[in-house]
Amino acid sequence: MHVAAEAVSKKFNRRQVFADVSFEVAPGEVFGITGRNGSGKSTLLRIIGGLLTPSGGRMRYRHGDADVEAEKLYPHIGYAAPYLVLYEEFNAAENLALYARIRGVGLTAGEIDGLLQRVGLPTDRRDPIRSFSSGMKQRMKLLFAIFHRPPLLLLDEPISNLDSEGMAVVYDLVAEQRKRGSVIIATNDAEDIQQCDRTFRVEGRA
Amino acid sequence: MIRQAIAIFTKDLMSELRTRYAINALLMFVVVTLAVIMFSLVGESLSPGALTGMLWVVMFFAAMSGLSRSFVAEEERGTTMTLQLLASPMSVYLGKLLFNLLLVVALNIFIVLLFLLVMDQFTVAQPDLFWTVMLLGSVGIAAATAIIAAIIAKANTKGTLFPVLSFPVLLPLLMAGIAATKVAVEEPVWDNALPELQMLASYIVVVVTVSFLLFDFVWKD
Repeated sequence: MHVAAEAVSKKFNRRQVFADVSFEVAPGEVFGITGRNGSGKSTLLRIIGGLLTPSGGRMRYRHGDADVEAEKLYPHIGYAAPYLVLYEEFNAAENLALYARIRGVGLTAGEIDGLLQRVGLPTDRRDPIRSFSSGMKQRMKLLFAIFHRPPLLLLDEPISNLDSEGMAVVYDLVAEQRKRGSVIIATNDAEDIQQCDRTFRVEGRA
Repeated sequence: MIRQAIAIFTKDLMSELRTRYAINALLMFVVVTLAVIMFSLVGESLSPGALTGMLWVVMFFAAMSGLSRSFVAEEERGTTMTLQLLASPMSVYLGKLLFNLLLVVALNIFIVLLFLLVMDQFTVAQPDLFWTVMLLGSVGIAAATAIIAAIIAKANTKGTLFPVLSFPVLLPLLMAGIAATKVAVEEPVWDNALPELQMLASYIVVVVTVSFLLFDFVWKD
């Protein structure tokens, strides 16, 4: 998916978070967004994901030969972030089955097990997500982002709470995503930045 | 859109059956309220009109005690963003409306049966009209409370705002519902309730249409 930010700015009430942000991300590219704490990396990622409306400027998306409106972006993106909360009363398999039903993706029990194994999560169906460790929850969020093979993957601090094995899973997923679409990573981690073809630094206005 | 809405409805139902947030609050409210009414009216004789008003008071406040859960629970658990990433706003509204509808219809059937059981002075002259009014009233309450719950979900004072905003919005429905129920209880003629039935049906159409138009703005940002 081709993504373009054109002079995007964001204000919350009177507080200007950032202004005049412009960049383009080509299909197959891994693009990094960096910036100091509070500069607006996560806000920018939410705007890219169509979850927030920019106060100024605009986002443009192109998938194949067709333009995609920001309001209709949700089928085309995968999003994982530390602040994303999954349905903790359900177990991992139930969560995946639920997301698949809502997105209209047919997933068999075997495919669900395969996905869980892919990110190193247990396939037994006893424990609800609320009993998972923070690292296991982060792996589950990665599955939430990639199970439907979206053309645009948005990752906010993707290796937070993960051990070295979990970090390897993230970078495998990023490499795989590069073959079918674009990846945008909001991060300040040096290892994450190494995965990126280009980076853009957000200069927030405190 | 319909497939997504049904999946969201199923998710809410499974979640409710597992956590029982709304069901427990609603059942407790209904049982306690009817018990208080029953004990306070021992030996008293009330007109059918007064009993009808009392039935609608119980239905209104029962709705206020639990129907905001559908959206408030998403906000309190922090899963609103998850849902925004998964489905279109219209599907979310429709799924939540279906869940509210199931909850209100089941709740109002329970309230009416319990009311008929404990209030032996309360008899219905036209059961078919009575249940038609209850059904239309339930759909109207479900539709209005679904959009109001979505509006108040992000506020800090949800518990206060929900009844405060709901009362003026539900007032036309309550007035028509009470008047039509009185006809069903007291008079053997369907036609006398036709204006109120038309009012209830129009109310549902207007609230659902306005909700579909507004929900996009309420759901995002």
